Amino acid sequence: MQSELQIGRKSEVIAKALVNDADGSPRIEKRARLFDDFIRYVLLFCGIVSIFTTLGIVVVLGRESLLLFSTLDAQGQPVVTLGEFFFSTSWQPAGLKFGILPLLESTLMTSFVAMLVALPLGLGAAIYLSEYASPRVRGSLKPILEILAGIPTVVYGYFAVTFMTPLLQGVFGRDTVQFYNTASAGLVMGIMILPTIASMSEDALSAVPRNLREASYGLSATKFETISKVILPAALSGIVAAAIVGISRAVGETMIVALAAGAGPNWTMPPNFFVAAETITGHIARISGGDLSYNSVDYDSLFALGFALFIFTLGLNLLSRYITNRFREAYQ
Amino acid sequence: MTTTNGATAIDLKSVKVFYNDKLAVDDVNIPIYHNKITAFIGPSGCGKSTVLRSINRMNDLIPGARVEGQVLYHNKNLYGDNVDPVEVRRRIGMVFQKPNPFPKSIYDNVAYGPRLLGIRDRRTLDEIVERSIKGAYLWDEVKDDLKKSGLALSGGQQQRLCIARTIAVEPDVILMDEPASALDPIATQAIEELMRELVKQYTIVIVTHNMQQAQRVSDYTAFFSIRKAEETGGQERRWGVLGEYAPTDQLFSNPKAEETERYIRGEFG
Amino acid sequence: MAQRALSETRTAEDQAFARSLAARHFRGAVWERFFQAAIVIGIVALLALMFNTVNRIVGLVAVQEAIHPSEISDVPLEQLSAEQLAAILTERLPSGGRVLVRDGLLGGADYYNANNTLTMGQFLPDVTLPESVASKKLSELQPEDTQALFVAAMDKNTLLDEVYDQVVGRDVVGSWPLTASLFNRADIEAEIAADHPNATLQWNSWLDLQFLVDSMSNTPADTGIRTAFLGTIWVLLLTLLVSFPLGVGTALYLEEYSSGNNWLERFIETNIRNLAGVPSIIYGLLGLAIFVRTLESITQGRTVISAALTMALLILPVIIINAQEALRAVPPSIREASFGLGATKWQTIWNQVLPAAMPGILTGTILGMSRAIGETAPLIIIGAATFIVKDPNSPVSKFTVIPIQIYNWAKQPGGQYQDIAAAGIVLLLIVLLLFNATAIILRQRFRRSLSA
Ligand SMILES: Nc1ncnc2c1ncn2[C@@H]1O[C@H](COP(=O)(O)OP(=O)(O)OP(=O)(O)O)[C@@H](O)[C@H]1O
Ligand SMILES: [Mg+2]
Repeated sequence: MQSELQIGRKSEVIAKALVNDADGSPRIEKRARLFDDFIRYVLLFCGIVSIFTTLGIVVVLGRESLLLFSTLDAQGQPVVTLGEFFFSTSWQPAGLKFGILPLLESTLMTSFVAMLVALPLGLGAAIYLSEYASPRVRGSLKPILEILAGIPTVVYGYFAVTFMTPLLQGVFGRDTVQFYNTASAGLVMGIMILPTIASMSEDALSAVPRNLREASYGLSATKFETISKVILPAALSGIVAAAIVGISRAVGETMIVALAAGAGPNWTMPPNFFVAAETITGHIARISGGDLSYNSVDYDSLFALGFALFIFTLGLNLLSRYITNRFREAYQ
Repeated sequence: MTTTNGATAIDLKSVKVFYNDKLAVDDVNIPIYHNKITAFIGPSGCGKSTVLRSINRMNDLIPGARVEGQVLYHNKNLYGDNVDPVEVRRRIGMVFQKPNPFPKSIYDNVAYGPRLLGIRDRRTLDEIVERSIKGAYLWDEVKDDLKKSGLALSGGQQQRLCIARTIAVEPDVILMDEPASALDPIATQAIEELMRELVKQYTIVIVTHNMQQAQRVSDYTAFFSIRKAEETGGQERRWGVLGEYAPTDQLFSNPKAEETERYIRGEFG
Repeated sequence: MAQRALSETRTAEDQAFARSLAARHFRGAVWERFFQAAIVIGIVALLALMFNTVNRIVGLVAVQEAIHPSEISDVPLEQLSAEQLAAILTERLPSGGRVLVRDGLLGGADYYNANNTLTMGQFLPDVTLPESVASKKLSELQPEDTQALFVAAMDKNTLLDEVYDQVVGRDVVGSWPLTASLFNRADIEAEIAADHPNATLQWNSWLDLQFLVDSMSNTPADTGIRTAFLGTIWVLLLTLLVSFPLGVGTALYLEEYSSGNNWLERFIETNIRNLAGVPSIIYGLLGLAIFVRTLESITQGRTVISAALTMALLILPVIIINAQEALRAVPPSIREASFGLGATKWQTIWNQVLPAAMPGILTGTILGMSRAIGETAPLIIIGAATFIVKDPNSPVSKFTVIPIQIYNWAKQPGGQYQDIAAAGIVLLLIVLLLFNATAIILRQRFRRSLSA
C-alpha cells in the first residue's frame, strides 16, 4: 500500500531505471557488482606490485650474494667467507679477494665529507628560511633549493671533475691532490644533499608550536637564544631524521663518485681524502658498465655489494622514519 | 508503525549508533511520515546528523561507525544483511550542510545522478536537468549558462543546485543536514519556500539549529538531547537520546518534557 | 648614604646586564650571518655549476687541416654537388673508398667480416642501387661503383662531412672555455703557435644544430646527441606507460579502498615509503637480474624496454606518494555528494575523485618523469650501450640516453669531451626545465580548480 503511493509518483524514465520487486516495492538488496569488484582487485594488484619490487630486490640480491659465498676456488675452498667479506682490506676480483672494507671506507669518506658540508649548511639554510626570512624572501629562495634538488646527479658529477677537483688542486697543489679523489666527490655530494636536509629540517622547525617560541620571548630571550635553546631542541629529532636520510642518500649516490672519486678500490689508513678511491656504488657502476659475464664471481660480487648497500640504507631510512614518527606523537 | 497521520516512509526503531564502539546516540524511535517535513532539533553534539546519516547509510562511509536497531523502509530493514547501501542511496537522497557541488558544469552536476542510473539519452537528460533545476527554483538564474561551473554560483544558488541534483533522481526521501545554515537570510528563505514546495512530492527530513525554521517549515519535530554519565576515572561520557517527538505545533506550543521547553526557550544549546 | 650605595650597585648591575645583553645580541647577529651564508653558499654553488657548464659550450677551438680545401677543389666544398663530393672521396681515399663503405655503410669491419659473402644489395636493402652495384660484393667494387654507392646511400651533408673528415682531415686540436677565449686570447694564440703551427683559431659553439641531429662519432667535434635523445624519449614514454597506471592504481587503492587497518594495506604503505629511499643503483641491479637476464627472451636483454621497466619501478614510489597526496586533497564532500546520489565506489572515483585529483596526479607524474630523465646509475648497471649510431625504433632496440652520454663524455680524458658533455648537460637541463615548468603550471591550475 505504501509502495503504490511512492512508486507511482515517479516520472517514467526514473521509475524505469530503478529496479522494483514484484509487489512494486523498491529492491534494495545487494546485487552483483562485478565490475566494481574487478576494479578493486586490479587496484589491489597494482599495490602488490610494489611488494614484489621489494621482494625482487631481496631475492635477487640475496640469491646472487649466496652464490658468491658458495663459490669454491681451485682448492675447493670458498673464495670468500662472510668474515673475509666484512673484515679483509683488499677487494680484487681478479685475485679472488673480496674484502668490502676498502670500498666501504671510501663510501664512508665521501659520505662524511658530504655531511660535513650538507649538515651545517642545510640546517643553517633551514633556520634562515623558517626563522629569519620574510615570506617574500622565502618564496624566492626556496625555488633555488628546489632547483638544486632537481639537478641530475650526473651533472653534479661533471661539476665535481671539471670544477671542484681543479679548485682543490689549485688550492692544495697538484702534488697533494690527485685528479680523482674522495674530497672533491664528497664536497659536491654535500651540495647535492643540502636541499634534502634543508627542506626536511625546515619542516621540523616549522612544526615547533608557536606557544613555545612565545614563551621563550616572554622570558626575554633574544631571537638566537630562542632558536638555539628552544626551537632547535624541540625540532631535534626531525633534524636528526633529516641527517640520517642525508647519510643514506650519500651512501647510495653513484654518479658523483663514479666520475670524481676514482676507479679502483684503495684502502688508505689513515684515510687520505686527496687520493683516488672507489666507493661501493662506484665499483658496481664501473664493473657492470664493462663487459660482464653473467655467471662469474665478479657478477655475484656486485650483488653482494648491492645487498650490503641495500641493508645499510634501508636501516638508515627505517631509523629516520622511526625517529620522525616518535617526534610527531610527542606534539599531539 | 501505524498512526492516524497516514503512512510512514521510514521508521526508526531502537536505533543506536556507535563511533568506534563509543555510543553516540541511544535508542531512537521516530516515524518519518510520508509527504511531510520532519525536523530534527537539539543541542550541538546530540547526534542529529548521526541519526540523519543512518537513514541512508551514509554512516557506512565513516570508518568505525556502526548502527544497531532497525531503520525500516518499505518494511525492509536498511541494516539487514542483504541490503546494498548504493541502492538505498538511490532512493533516499541527501543535501549537506555545506553546499558541495561537483567541480563541474551546472548541467553535469544535475545530470550526474540520472547518468548513474544509466540514462544516456541526451534529450531525456536535457529534460530531467531542466525539470530538476526548475524544481529547485534555480532555472531563471542559470538557464543561459548551464555550462558554467557549479562552483561559480553563490552559496545559496549552490545549495539549490545541490537540491536540484538530488531531486533529479526523484528519491523517495530527501535528507537535509542544516541545508540553510551556511546561507544568508534571503537565500535561507528561498530554501525554506522550496522545501514547502518539494514536500508536496517528497518526504523530507531536515536537521536545523534554527527553532524558527523548524516551526516555519516542519510538520513533525524530533528533539534530541544529551545524556551524561561519569565514568570511572572522572571522565565524562556523553551520548544523545530522543528527548521528545511530536507534531511541530504541539512540540513548540506545549512541550511535554521540561528539557524540551528549556531548549526551545533558548536556555541551553 | 645607604640609598646612594644602593643606586650605585644598581647602576653597576645595569651596566653588567647591558653589557651582557649587547654580547647576546652580538652573538645572535653573528649566527644570523652564518644562517644567511648557508643559503648564499647554496646559491653560489648553483651559479658556479651553471657557469662552469655554460662556460664550456661556447669558446675558441683550434682547427687543423691535413690538406687545405683549395688543394682539392677550386670552388668552396660547400658548393659542390653530391656526385662531385663522392668523386673526391673515391679518388682520394685508400682502396677507392671501399674502407669508408665498410665502416660507414656496412656496419664496420667486424660486422662485415662476419657477413662478407653478402652483396651490396643484400647489405643495404633499403637503398636503391644501380643493378651493377647491387649485385657486387665489397671486394668487387670499382671506383665508379663506390661513387654511385656513396651518392645513393648518403645525402649531401653527410658526404660533405666525410670529405672534411676523411680527406681534408679537419681536426679540432684544442678548445678553450668562454672566459679564457675572451680574456686570454693572446696566451691561447701563443700556445697554438707553439704546438700546432698550422692550426687556425675560430669561435665554436658545441651546442648547435649539428649536435642535436647528428648521431655519435668517435671525434667529439663531430659527435651528436640524436641517438641518445631519441633513446631518452623512448625510455621515458615506456616508463610512463608502465608507471602511471600502476602508480595511480596503487594510490587509489591505498586512499580510496584501504581501511588502513589491515596488515596487507599497512605493509604496502610502509613498503612504498621504504622503496622511495632505496638507492637507484639497487634498482639497476634488480633490472639487470630480472629484466635483462631472466626475462631476456621477452626483453631481448639490454634494451629500451628493460630500461623502461627498471625506471618505472624506480619512479613508482614518487608517483604513488604524489598521487596519494593529490587524492587526499580532494575534499571529502565531493565523495559524499556522489555517494549520496547512489554512486558506487568506482563510479565516484572515476567520475568525481580522479578528475578532481588529476592535475595533482599529473604534477607528481611529471616530477617522477624528471627524476627518470636524469637517472643514470641504474641504466649504467643494466648496460645501456656506450657507443651506438642506430636510432632506437622499437622497445627491443639497443639504446643509450642523454645522461649516459654525458657520463661517457665526462669520463673521457681531453678537454673537447668535457665541452661536448657540457653541451649535453645544457640540453638535459633545458628538457628538465620544460618538464618542471609544466608541473608548476598544472599545480597552480589544480589549486584554482578546487577552490574557485
Ligand atoms: N566521524 C565521527 N567519529 C567519531 N565521533 C563522531 C563522528 N561524527 C560525530 N561524532 C560524535 O557523535 C556525536 C554526535 O555528533 P553529530 O555530528 O551527530 O551531532 P549533531 O547533533 O549533528 O551536532 P551539530 O549540531 O554540531 O551538527 C558527537 O559527540 C560527535 O563527537
Ligand atoms: Mg550536525
